[in-house]
Amino acid sequence: MSGYKLKTVRKDNRAMQHVGKVFLYIVLIGLALFTLIPFVWMLSASLKLDREVFSFPMKWIPETFHWENYLVIWTKVPMLMFFRNTAIVALSVTLIQTLTSSFAAYAFAKLHFRGRDTLFLCYIATIAVPWQTYMIPQFIEMRAFGLYDNLQAIMVLQAFSAFGVFLMRQFYQGIPSELCEAARIDGLSEYGIWARIMLPLSKAAIATLVIFTFVGTWNDYMGPMIYLSHDSVKTVQVGLRRFIQENSSDYHLIMAASVVSLIPVSIVFLCLQKYFIEGIATSGLKG
Amino acid sequence: MAQNAVPLTAKPKKRKMGHLERKNTLVAFSFIAPNFIGFAIFTLIPVVMSVIMSLMESKTGAIFGAKWVGLANFEEIFNVAKVSGKIAEEGLLSGLTYFFNRVDLGIALKNTVFYTVVTVPLTLVCSICLALVLNRAVKGAVAFRAIFFFPYVASMVAICVCWNFMLMKDGPINQLLMSIGINFNKSWTADSTMAMWAIILVSVWRSMGYYMVIYLAALQGVPRELYEAATVDGANKWQQFWNITLPQLNPTTFFSSIMLIIGCFKIYDTVAIMTGGGPGRATKMLVTYIYDTAFVQFNYGKASAIAMVLLVIVLLVTVIQFSMEKKFSND
Repeated sequence: MSGYKLKTVRKDNRAMQHVGKVFLYIVLIGLALFTLIPFVWMLSASLKLDREVFSFPMKWIPETFHWENYLVIWTKVPMLMFFRNTAIVALSVTLIQTLTSSFAAYAFAKLHFRGRDTLFLCYIATIAVPWQTYMIPQFIEMRAFGLYDNLQAIMVLQAFSAFGVFLMRQFYQGIPSELCEAARIDGLSEYGIWARIMLPLSKAAIATLVIFTFVGTWNDYMGPMIYLSHDSVKTVQVGLRRFIQENSSDYHLIMAASVVSLIPVSIVFLCLQKYFIEGIATSGLKG
Repeated sequence: MAQNAVPLTAKPKKRKMGHLERKNTLVAFSFIAPNFIGFAIFTLIPVVMSVIMSLMESKTGAIFGAKWVGLANFEEIFNVAKVSGKIAEEGLLSGLTYFFNRVDLGIALKNTVFYTVVTVPLTLVCSICLALVLNRAVKGAVAFRAIFFFPYVASMVAICVCWNFMLMKDGPINQLLMSIGINFNKSWTADSTMAMWAIILVSVWRSMGYYMVIYLAALQGVPRELYEAATVDGANKWQQFWNITLPQLNPTTFFSSIMLIIGCFKIYDTVAIMTGGGPGRATKMLVTYIYDTAFVQFNYGKASAIAMVLLVIVLLVTVIQFSMEKKFSND
């Protein structure tokens, strides 16, 4: 009797589990749709005629695909130049940031010298200060240096963040000092230790820093908004913004340009998403 | 959390530097210099200058020769004359009402606080839910995780303008609402109440995936035995969630709230692209106010004073974080 009861309970449980699983997937797919809908709508609108974009009832799949929208945008706005500018900025910022901050972080983590803690305190103290509170004096300073309307302004603005030094130092502290000691005894200079021991060991941290710097710089809006006024130096974000303001009723073209602007970062994300997620999960990066 | 837990090693005792030590110090400085010079010029000096500039009248941006005005910028942004007059005549309440409904800074503060108070819990709830669902053994978890995270890396201009279109009068969202019987015949961003909700919607949608990742990592750390013990004691899933999962996630929730609050107070991109602070002043935020004052009206001194208000708020939140961190950590 009791054995029989147990069996039905188990059967019920299994059935319940199946129902639960199905329910779970329904919830998941629903949430995924909610997350993706703006992108799908963007794609769909970019292939329509402007009067079709807000047709009633709305169609997710355009009647005819107007691929020519994607050709028109390049003639309406110097998108290629915007892309080139952004690529230059993002790549140089990433390179400078990663190199200089891993360099400085090595000294902060593994070398002993007078004034180390005071210097590091300078970095920590500014981490809590939002950029928006000191962007004005920074702007005045840059203008005095002749960097207004110059891509270099955006580069130096992003390249020397306290955050990079902080992240790398955190990671280097986890590498045993004995490794460095052993290398020193073997006659390696400090620069050699940095290049041949620390750098190869910190691949994970560097990957995190590289992708977040790259994506952050690529997507930066407020910096370029303040500093760049001529088309010849605009980045994709402010260029897209200009395009939107000048062609505000060409919904289909705006969406096509938006799709194009999303492509590079999407590719980086799809290829490196493991590092994005591990990077956040392990270090709790800035929001 | 690890970010703030950096014990600084004790300072070495002061004594005269030997030859070797001097060489070591030089080597160390050569490591630090490339970053520190850039950092000092473009971050450290501006941080100090921002405090000084808030006490100056600066409309041209010339620092030397700008007039020292003491607290005049602060009196202007708080509209001290008008507000204190109101308080003296009609009492504290009407003074505060005037400040938060008429004075630009008051409106910006009110909007930013409202936005923060709604966005932070909504984002936390959404990200916990996503993390809980994905923490179950589901097929394609990696793909789902990538999907939820993707809005975080997508550029703001593209996604904001897309949401703007979707929330237009004849857009898909209003059509959807109409099909379930709600007739909202207006563009969201043109309506003084709904504009703020549009911004909140986009913010939550964008950052929930980011905090989901943090929660997922935290869920991995909850000891299995706790659930086993609870099952033996006959606790159902719901009780387990309330009495085990949620308390175990406390440090993460605390950390995420702090990050979210600070992030919310710095909001600019979404507002600038979606509403421009409008309609009227309905979505004017602290940073949009700073931006307009500095880079549209070119009143750098006044803008720096507003920036100080932002700085004080953010530092207060940081102080709270430091002082309460221990209380919220599990170990």
